[in-house]
Amino acid sequence: MKKSPVTTIVAIGIGAALFFVLGRFVSIPSPVPNTNISTQYGLLAFMAVLFGPVAGALIGFIGHALIDFSFGWGVWWSWVIASGVFGLLVGLASRKIRLDEGKCGKKEILGFNVAQIVGHIICWGLVAPVLDIVIYAEPLEKLFAQGLFSAVSNSVTTAIVGTLFCIAYAAAKPKKGSLKEEE
Amino acid sequence: MENPIISFEKFSFKYNAQAKPTLYDIDLSIRPGEKILIAGPSGCGKSTLAHCINGLVPHSFAGEISGKLSIDGKDSAKLSIFDVSQVVGTVLQDSDGQFIGLTVAEDIAFALENACVGEPELHELVLKAAQSVNVAGHLSHAPTELSGGQKQRVSMAGVMVDDVKVLLFDEPLANLDPATGKQAIELIDLIQKRTGAAVIIIEHRLEDVLHRHVDRIVLMQNGRIIADEAPDSLLSSQRLKETGLREPLYLTALRYAGVEIREDMQPWSMESIKLSGEDVEKVRSWYKAGEKTGEKCEKEALLKIEGLSFAYLKGHQALSDISLEINKGEVIAIVGNNGAGKSTLSKLICGFEKPQKGRLLFEGKDLSALSIKERADHIGYVMQNPNQMISKVMIRDEVALGLRTRGVGEEEIQSRVDETLKICGLWPFRSWPVSALSYGQKKRVTIASILALRPEMIILDEPTAGQDYRHYTEIMEFLSLLNKQGVTIVMITHDMHLMLEYARRALVINDGRLIADSSCADVLTNPELIRKASLKESSLYPLALRCGIEDAALFVQRFIDYERKVEGK
Amino acid sequence: MRNIFNFVDRPSPIHELTGATKLICLVLWSLAAMTSYDTRFLIVLPLLSFALFRLSKIRISDVSFMLGFTAVFMVLNNVLVFAISPDHGAGIYGSEHILLGRGRYALTAEQLFYHANLILKYLSTIPIVLLFVCTTNPSEFAASLNRIGVKYTIAYSVALALRYIPDIQREYHEISQAQQARGIEMSRKESLVKRLKAASAILIPLILSSMDRIETISNAMELRGFGENKKRTWYMGRKFTKADIGAIIFCAVLAAAAFVLNYINGGRFYNPFV
Repeated sequence: MKKSPVTTIVAIGIGAALFFVLGRFVSIPSPVPNTNISTQYGLLAFMAVLFGPVAGALIGFIGHALIDFSFGWGVWWSWVIASGVFGLLVGLASRKIRLDEGKCGKKEILGFNVAQIVGHIICWGLVAPVLDIVIYAEPLEKLFAQGLFSAVSNSVTTAIVGTLFCIAYAAAKPKKGSLKEEE
Repeated sequence: MENPIISFEKFSFKYNAQAKPTLYDIDLSIRPGEKILIAGPSGCGKSTLAHCINGLVPHSFAGEISGKLSIDGKDSAKLSIFDVSQVVGTVLQDSDGQFIGLTVAEDIAFALENACVGEPELHELVLKAAQSVNVAGHLSHAPTELSGGQKQRVSMAGVMVDDVKVLLFDEPLANLDPATGKQAIELIDLIQKRTGAAVIIIEHRLEDVLHRHVDRIVLMQNGRIIADEAPDSLLSSQRLKETGLREPLYLTALRYAGVEIREDMQPWSMESIKLSGEDVEKVRSWYKAGEKTGEKCEKEALLKIEGLSFAYLKGHQALSDISLEINKGEVIAIVGNNGAGKSTLSKLICGFEKPQKGRLLFEGKDLSALSIKERADHIGYVMQNPNQMISKVMIRDEVALGLRTRGVGEEEIQSRVDETLKICGLWPFRSWPVSALSYGQKKRVTIASILALRPEMIILDEPTAGQDYRHYTEIMEFLSLLNKQGVTIVMITHDMHLMLEYARRALVINDGRLIADSSCADVLTNPELIRKASLKESSLYPLALRCGIEDAALFVQRFIDYERKVEGK
Repeated sequence: MRNIFNFVDRPSPIHELTGATKLICLVLWSLAAMTSYDTRFLIVLPLLSFALFRLSKIRISDVSFMLGFTAVFMVLNNVLVFAISPDHGAGIYGSEHILLGRGRYALTAEQLFYHANLILKYLSTIPIVLLFVCTTNPSEFAASLNRIGVKYTIAYSVALALRYIPDIQREYHEISQAQQARGIEMSRKESLVKRLKAASAILIPLILSSMDRIETISNAMELRGFGENKKRTWYMGRKFTKADIGAIIFCAVLAAAAFVLNYINGGRFYNPFV
């Protein structure tokens, strides 16, 4: 895909729309009652790899803010910012992965997953709780318990959903290969 | 003579990703105010030519250019995409992609906003443009509240606000039903006359574009221009057929009847064509020579629908009291305008939605107890866009997907996949990734992935949308083959050729009601049904009238039978 | 589904304000509500926002669906805080007055007061967001962002997100039905990993077609001159009136009050226990 500045803007818009639709409508019941698995972080990580840290940060930020706006439970800026930071971190850490050249081997998958796990730990274990303490003065233990749960569940989701997206995208890129018809 | 507004000289272009050039030695000049149709089969380079004219080549699609292209007297190599957009306004094929604004007014305003036009001109210009394409009553509507035809008109207004000298339409008919397509062609004609802009239409549906006159037809094949002449001259030659495009039906019928088409007959439209008494006699005797082909078919109901009603929202009936039968081994077309309820009907049959009233009986058994997945073992559903169905990287895995989720043993899976791949002509590609296939081949993969479950019936949503004649024939011949092997086929379609050629029976749905259930030839010669189903009358109908043949439906049937015979279908 | 953000198109003084004003006010208000933990201040904010709701002519029935979410959310969060940190209030206010029970989960006056404050805090931040959503035309949102200093390209990406959410939602729905017919399910019966894989199988066609969509839209935008100039105008942009300036000054005063209170109290909390 070509990468003009306009493409990046459109990718941010469509990425945020996808993040929104996945976050609002694609909920997978999780083993813990009353909680859902968020598939949107798999998407966010994938988009960050493809379009870079700035797009990643904005997709996370805008997408998450729109979800909060639509639910009416207030905008939880601490978590909205954390989503943005996650997109930023994954985008920064995976600059060398070139999905649009059709490359997605073991090395890329490993790099992608290290980036996303570290990203989730920093965002939900550090950024979100710290902001919540500053804003809402909620107890540390509660926030870190929530943060830990989010970090683990989001890492697992991203590892499966995000990785599958990367593989599928890279495979769909036309490669100059030697495809031969068989008898 | 005026200087050309667009002129190609010895122009060639090769995409970076491709080994061979897509355009060779193009020499073409278009003068201000001209109206040109660029036609050719898929992959002939006509879209690339359009991209060169609007500047997407080379600014968005990189590649090597040789030769010269000048736009409005300036060398295009020195122009930015923005400079070009001040001269050439483009209406893209994908009206949802082109409709960028949240509402009609914002979309029309888009180019003006980018050019920093301020108030009050901004609102005035938008209103003027909206009035010119008759959408001024919908200014605050969102795209989801508009029909396909309305969206396209908004797109036209959005490029016309710039006062461009060239209007470029990329496959304007692709996403429209025949009646709306006809209106679009009329509107394009009107706009051209009013603004005096040059109009370039890229389209492979020749007969539909020729609903209004064009100055020249540029015919392309394999990246070259093979004809650039007036419609009358091109249509009297055999070149259309050679490129695999379909010529207007009335011309084909005349040729079948042994009438020679000459330029001086003005064959570009059914209204203009001059037929001598001898010609008319030829047609009449050809019509009379046709033997009656009584279709014998045993009627054994496969699917019986009784009193089906459904509403998405209370009070907005999407389907009311539909009763019909689909017999074993039939090929049926479901037709109707957009929003009539065709898709809703297929969703109810597949179990995606639950009916409020009525029953569905499949081989006598009530379907209501079966889940979506269980119904899919009997009734397969193929979406319009294959890209919306394919989720595996490799062809084999894609075809095996439904079997795997049903827990079929691996050995059985392999043998069924092999068999399906062979039936679908995909055997040579069995170890390829899906992404290496063409659009038509992908469509086959999606059909294969449904067939692997061995359903008795498949429902296809617009199976040939966006396909040129050759690919269309390929897909439809494949479906006929399946039908001969006993699969019942139901097609939701706007394509009248498809109905005529391949379906035996048509179900016409209008406002959620079944308003006709009869032969396709009957439907396409009944003005009332044609209007309600947003179809267009076949040009065979006026031909029959001109030749004094009273039973137009029978004339159409005669044409289809003859075509099947000569084309070996 | 134009109304996913629940915009209620009903003329009122609040609707009259420009989107940019409402956005600035929302930011200032949120800043005030986030900064202060002074109980007296936190009582004033919800009362003010209820008054604004009256003024905006938004009815309870317009927002009942969203209020439901809010209520569940508030209850859950409070339960969670109490379950994990029953002595958080004692920690904040530096004293402990047991009201009932004993041991770890003894209910202290401080904990109760902290919970009351937490609820007030939610009530200070949530209704105002609802008000913003209900009274701001989504079409005006991008223009407003640009007005308050966000680069127009970024502001436009928000508009694009709003534009294409309904399309993507519909596409997702169609794809998921067709994939269900092939037997892909996300029910509780399957293991988590299987469920995630199933979700991916449904989502992959959506993602890939969205990538094509990105290309089409960016071509369409470039063909219509987007990104060429440093600025752009907005069809939905409106001029500030006196009411706009008044509203902004009012919210600025609120935010300033929050900071002043922090300074006077010598901390964020108002402590009735000393």
